[in-house]
Amino acid sequence: MTASVDLAHKDKDQVPRLAAVPRLVGVGIVTLGLLFGAFYLYMLAQPLFGAILLALAVGVAIVFGTNRFYGARFIFPGVAAVLIFIAFPVIYTIYLGFTNYSSFNLLTYERAVSVLTARGTVDPETEQPFAVARDDDGYRIWMPEAGLLSEPVTLDAPAEAELTPGDSPIDLLTPRDAVALRSGLQALVLTTPDGRELRNSGLRTFATVTPDFIRIDEDSLLRTADDVTLTADHGRGFFVTPEGATVPPGWRVNIGFGNFERVFNSRGIRGPMVSIFIWTLIFATASVVLTFAVGLTLAVILQWEHLRFKSLYRILLILPYAVPAFISILVFRGLFNQNFGEINLILNALFGISPTWFTDGTLARVMLLIVNTWLGYPYMMLLAMGFLQSVPADHKKAAALEGASSARVFFTITLPQIIPPFLPLLIAAFAFNFNNLVLVLLLTQGLPDIPGTVIPAGQTDILASFTYRMAFNDSSQQFGLAGAITLLIFVVVAAISYLNFVAMRRAANRRAGRV
Amino acid sequence: MIVERPADLRRKKILAHGFLIIFLVLILFPFLVVVSISFREGNFATGSIWPSNPTLEHWYLALGLNYTRANGTVVTPPYPVLLWMWNSIKIGVIAGVGVLALSTISAYAFSRIRIRGKAVLLDSLFLIQMFPTTLALVAIYAIFDALGAVTPVMGLDSHVALIAIYLSAVTLHIWTIKGYFDSIDTALDKAAAIDGATPWQTFRYIFLPLAVPIMSVVFVLAFIGFVNDYPIASVLIRSEANMTLAVGSRLYLNEFRYLWGNFAAAAILSGLPITVVFLIAQRYLVSGLSDGAVKG
Repeated sequence: MTASVDLAHKDKDQVPRLAAVPRLVGVGIVTLGLLFGAFYLYMLAQPLFGAILLALAVGVAIVFGTNRFYGARFIFPGVAAVLIFIAFPVIYTIYLGFTNYSSFNLLTYERAVSVLTARGTVDPETEQPFAVARDDDGYRIWMPEAGLLSEPVTLDAPAEAELTPGDSPIDLLTPRDAVALRSGLQALVLTTPDGRELRNSGLRTFATVTPDFIRIDEDSLLRTADDVTLTADHGRGFFVTPEGATVPPGWRVNIGFGNFERVFNSRGIRGPMVSIFIWTLIFATASVVLTFAVGLTLAVILQWEHLRFKSLYRILLILPYAVPAFISILVFRGLFNQNFGEINLILNALFGISPTWFTDGTLARVMLLIVNTWLGYPYMMLLAMGFLQSVPADHKKAAALEGASSARVFFTITLPQIIPPFLPLLIAAFAFNFNNLVLVLLLTQGLPDIPGTVIPAGQTDILASFTYRMAFNDSSQQFGLAGAITLLIFVVVAAISYLNFVAMRRAANRRAGRV
Repeated sequence: MIVERPADLRRKKILAHGFLIIFLVLILFPFLVVVSISFREGNFATGSIWPSNPTLEHWYLALGLNYTRANGTVVTPPYPVLLWMWNSIKIGVIAGVGVLALSTISAYAFSRIRIRGKAVLLDSLFLIQMFPTTLALVAIYAIFDALGAVTPVMGLDSHVALIAIYLSAVTLHIWTIKGYFDSIDTALDKAAAIDGATPWQTFRYIFLPLAVPIMSVVFVLAFIGFVNDYPIASVLIRSEANMTLAVGSRLYLNEFRYLWGNFAAAAILSGLPITVVFLIAQRYLVSGLSDGAVKG
């Protein structure tokens, strides 16, 4: 495909360009590799990923195989990476928000059916040991208690074999070699001379196994214990009894707005979600304000021309930013420990108090803000130092000559001049803290929990950590619900993102105007 | 300059230094305590900043060595810190190189090559970079869970999968490098074009050598970002042997097995190199950050 397109192009050019041959060969190999991968994924029932590889193959062939899109060659890798690694996961998250994907609905329909039909009840009376004997072109199963020997079997596919009375074979495999054949043995059904069916029931035994479920037709199963017919409910992703009870495991289906209805209608979810949303906004706002205030104060002091040891102060002050956050957060987790953390030891020695930082909701929130201010002020300080330098000194001098106090000069001259260029960065900091998963997960994990909720929800949880815990820390692994809530976060982030975009444009225009 | 009275000035100076010193004591207090704890005996021990019975036990364990106590009992390291460190460095370097290659070439294209719809592409790139990959964790888990059924190399608990998803960091770094390329005089590429250089040759022989400083900064930034990542790695990596530092360190402060002393030594050991690298790079980092955000 690639080659023919390019040959046609070459003929038109009338100039045979040998230099292009290695490139075309390379593009051909890459394209074929990607196409093979796409085909392979499609065959393994992953058509979505196959389609992505197919799109990538077509893109590579067109952009690198032809000469028309020379410029696009430079942009293609980056754009492809953004589409595959950011856009696709984001869209896929939204898609999952419309499914019932969770630990109960993890599998595809066919897998769920095969899990159910593979379940069986072993009749302990009939359980007996077996041995495997090597035969000319396969194996025979030897049942020493009954003195029965099977027909030769290959043990590489599901099979049935008759047992007949026989003598013990000589060439018996060791138990360990027999265990290695387990998958073949599990797919084997042996029929005794009196018509009973024996199946592999353990590492060393065969027995009569009654299947718990028998597939009657495409969408129904018979439950053998009570002869009830279960029908597949493809709207809910479960097999259901005539009374409507579900039988796990279910499978993944699209449930439309089901998750969103749960979020908005179930009181056990909506209540905590509203309070978590409010706390997320407070947390992000307070974090930005506190880090900005502390950082700016320090920057102003460090800019003072009479101050000595500036560079030493500066390097010490940015240490909290330089140490990897995951380490400092865990350090604080230890320092704030209620029983033997150093902070409570000191508070106890000085004031005789030992606050319960991790079990009291308000204190836990205060702790989160203290730690986040510690982590975040150096970034603001560094930025503020840069912006402060751009404030013309003669404005300040003029104000001072007019008799303004230095505080007045700062609030009327300096601050109004640095806020506009700072704004996009403050908005970005807000967005960052809105999704500050690392801090919450490593410091409090969202705890203490809000009482009386259906799903785990904590008083220090922000929306992102709330969905994280729902999907990965809770045993029911509600991926679908987490995806639905993530969509709500996306909406907020998109709004912030747009706001930032506008603020950045304004800042750029202002700069352009000034220059 | 505005003249101030010497007495006032001295008072102000004392105030400023006093404030800064008190602030620094508060801010640096956690570091001092951690250093002290790493030399204290036991994992719950409390005591003065200067340990009364200093011991190297936690440091031996952090370095993966057995430690024999005075009474003859041998303590074995609780977790493979050095292995985690190696995992972090390996993943950080490979993903860093990948991100660097992708973002440098994209930045060149966005800065210099004339492509239809470039303005739209740039705007959408700016909007999309605000979506952190950590928000798509559920999808990332589902995607790699499904791919793992095809080949374990791209499945859960695989470093390849982690590196692949880390490539999403390109959006952040394209801006930094593009800002740098934008500041290079266009006369340079015009001269190259007159000499018959293709855009690729201009990139390879003119822009790439010029961009070495900014590229090293971006590499360090990307590397630190990957080493510091907790959410993605915690979702994808399962086995202790495959963990990165960020995921593994979490294990030390488990409610049921609280290894405060061992954690302190491991934290210093693993945090120090990254801190030093960061302090060296921070000068460039800040200009890069604010440039990237404002230049657009």
